[in-house]
Amino acid sequence: MLGYIIRRLLAVIPVMVIVALFVFLILRLTPGDPAAILAGDSATPAQLERIRDRLGLNLPIYEQFIQWVKMMLQGDLGVSLISNTSVSTMIGQRIWPTLNIAMLTITISILIAVPMGVLAAWRHRSWIDYAVMSFSVLGFSVPVFVIGYIFIQIFAIELRWLPVQGYTAPTQDFIGFLQRAILPSFTLATIYVALIARMTRASMLDVLGEDYVRTARAKGLREGTILFRHALRNAAVPIMTIIGTGFALLIAGVVVTESVFNIPGVGRLTVDAILARDYPVIQAMILLTAGLYVLVNLLIDISYTIIDPRIRY
Amino acid sequence: MAHTTQPSAAMQSVLGMLSLPRQWRLGAGPLIAAVVLFLIVLSALLAPLYVPYDPMQMGSLNRLQPASAEHLLGTDQYGRDLFSRVMTGGRVSLMIGVGAALFSVVVGMIIGLVSGFFRTADAVIMRIMDSLMAIPAILLAIALVALSGPSVWSVIVAITIPEVPRVVRLVRSVVLGAREEPYVEAAIALGSSMPKILWQHLMPNTVPAMIVQGTYICASAILTEAILSFLGAGVSTDIPTWGNIMAEGRTYFQVKPGLIFWTGAILSLCILSINLLGDTARDMLDPRLKKREA
Repeated sequence: MLGYIIRRLLAVIPVMVIVALFVFLILRLTPGDPAAILAGDSATPAQLERIRDRLGLNLPIYEQFIQWVKMMLQGDLGVSLISNTSVSTMIGQRIWPTLNIAMLTITISILIAVPMGVLAAWRHRSWIDYAVMSFSVLGFSVPVFVIGYIFIQIFAIELRWLPVQGYTAPTQDFIGFLQRAILPSFTLATIYVALIARMTRASMLDVLGEDYVRTARAKGLREGTILFRHALRNAAVPIMTIIGTGFALLIAGVVVTESVFNIPGVGRLTVDAILARDYPVIQAMILLTAGLYVLVNLLIDISYTIIDPRIRY
Repeated sequence: MAHTTQPSAAMQSVLGMLSLPRQWRLGAGPLIAAVVLFLIVLSALLAPLYVPYDPMQMGSLNRLQPASAEHLLGTDQYGRDLFSRVMTGGRVSLMIGVGAALFSVVVGMIIGLVSGFFRTADAVIMRIMDSLMAIPAILLAIALVALSGPSVWSVIVAITIPEVPRVVRLVRSVVLGAREEPYVEAAIALGSSMPKILWQHLMPNTVPAMIVQGTYICASAILTEAILSFLGAGVSTDIPTWGNIMAEGRTYFQVKPGLIFWTGAILSLCILSINLLGDTARDMLDPRLKKREA
C-alpha cells in the first residue's frame, strides 16, 4: 500500500513537468509582449528593454524555463506583472471563498445525487427513474451561468429570499455566508448532481442483479439495509471515480459561477489574469489546479481500498 | 440512458413500413430529439433568408424593447432584434460544435491509432495526454483564445485541444483490443504497409465509438463556446453567437432577462437533443452498454 502510494506520487512528477512545459510554451510562443503591456502605450524602447531585463525575458527561452521551475520548486510563485504583489499572496487572499463554496457544493451534490441514483435504480423504469434521468440529461445541457441566472431570477429577484450577489466569509458571519453561498453552490451542484446521479444509477443497476442482493432479500432484510449497506457499498467504486473526474467540471463551474455571483475567488482571479496576460499568475494557477486534480484522483484511488477490501495495491 | 418510452401505434406502423432492424427503431424520445435538432439546424442555416432584421442593425430609439409584433423577442441594449440575432447566432455556434467534434475525432484518431499500435510511441504519447488531461479544459481554452485572438477558428482549436486526449484514450483502448486479432496478424504476415493496416484494418473498429464520442463533443463544444464568450474569451462580438448574445446580455440581466433566457433556452434545447441522440447512438452501437442498462 505504502509502496503503491509512493509509486503513484512519483508518477505525478513527469505529468507535472509536462504540464509546466506545456503551459510555459503556450504562453511564450504566442504573440504578445508582457513588457509592452506592463509599460503601457507611451513607453520608449529603452524602457521596454529595461522591463524585459527585469522580467528575464531577454534570456534564452530554455533558461527562462529552468529559472521558473527552480523558483516553483522553492515555493516561490513569482510576482504578478499587473498588481506587482506576490502571486502566493494573491492566491492566499482569494482561495477561501472558492474552497468554501467548492466544499459546500461537493457536500450538497453527494447528499442529493447518491440517494437520487439509488432511488432511480431501485425503482427502475418507474416515473422516479425517468424523472432522475431527465434531470440528469437536462443538467448536462444547460450552461452553468444560465442556471445561475435562473436561480437569481427566481430566488433573489422574484421571491426575494436571498441576496443577488456577493460573498461573506463564514468566519465573519456564518448565516450571511450561507445566504450568499447557497445559490452559487446549487448552481455549481447541478451538473455535478447530474453526473453522479447517472453513474450511481448505472452502477446500482449492475449490483442489484447480483446473487447476494437476492440472498439479502430472501433473508428478509429491510429494503433500506439492502440498498445502502449491501448494494451501495459494492456500487461505490465507479461512483468515487466519477466524483474524481467530475472534479474537472467543478473547476470549470467555479470559474463561471464566481463571475455570475461576483465572488472574489481564485476562479475569477485566473480568468482576469489570462485576459490581462499576467503570466506568473496564469502559470501558477494552471499548475496548481492541475496538481490538485492529479492529487484528488490519487486520493480517490487510495479510497477504493477502504470502500472495497477486495482491492489491494 | 435507456429509451423505453413506447412509440405510439401509428408511429410504430410507420417504423414498421421502414422495416429497419429492430435495434435501429427509435423510441419517441430520440425521434422528437431528432426532429427538434433538425428544425434548429435548418432554421439556423436558413436564417439570413427569413429573419426580419439585420442581426447587427442598431437602433437607439428601440433599446431593450419588450417582445412585440414588430420584435418577436424584443431588442437588446443596442436596439438589435433579439429574434434575428438568436437565429443567426445559431449558425456560428453550431459550426463551432461540428468543427470541434470533427477536429477532435480526426486528430484524436490519428494519435490514438499510432499510440495503440506502436508500443514505443505509446508510453511517450500517453504521458503527454495524461498531462494535457490534468490541465482544466476551460482554463486551457480561455488561455488559447486569449492568446491567439477572438476568431471562430481559434475558438474551435481552443475547444479541440483539451478534447483530444479523451478521444486518444478511447481509440487506443479499441486498438489495443483489436491489435491481437488474427486478421491483423495475417495482414502483418502478408506484408501490408503500416498505414494500410492502421487505416483499413484497425480504424474501422473505432468508428462506432467515434460517432458516439463525436456527438458528445459537439454538444459540449457548443456549451464551451457559450462559457468562453461569457468569460470574455469567445468569438468577437462582431459575429453573433449564442454565447456572446448571452455574454452581452449580462449587464442588462435585471432589465431584460430574456436576452439570456431565450438564447439559453434554444441553446439548451439544441444540446439536449444532441445528447439524447448521442445516448441513442451509444445504445444502438454498443450492445454491451445496452445490456447493462436494461
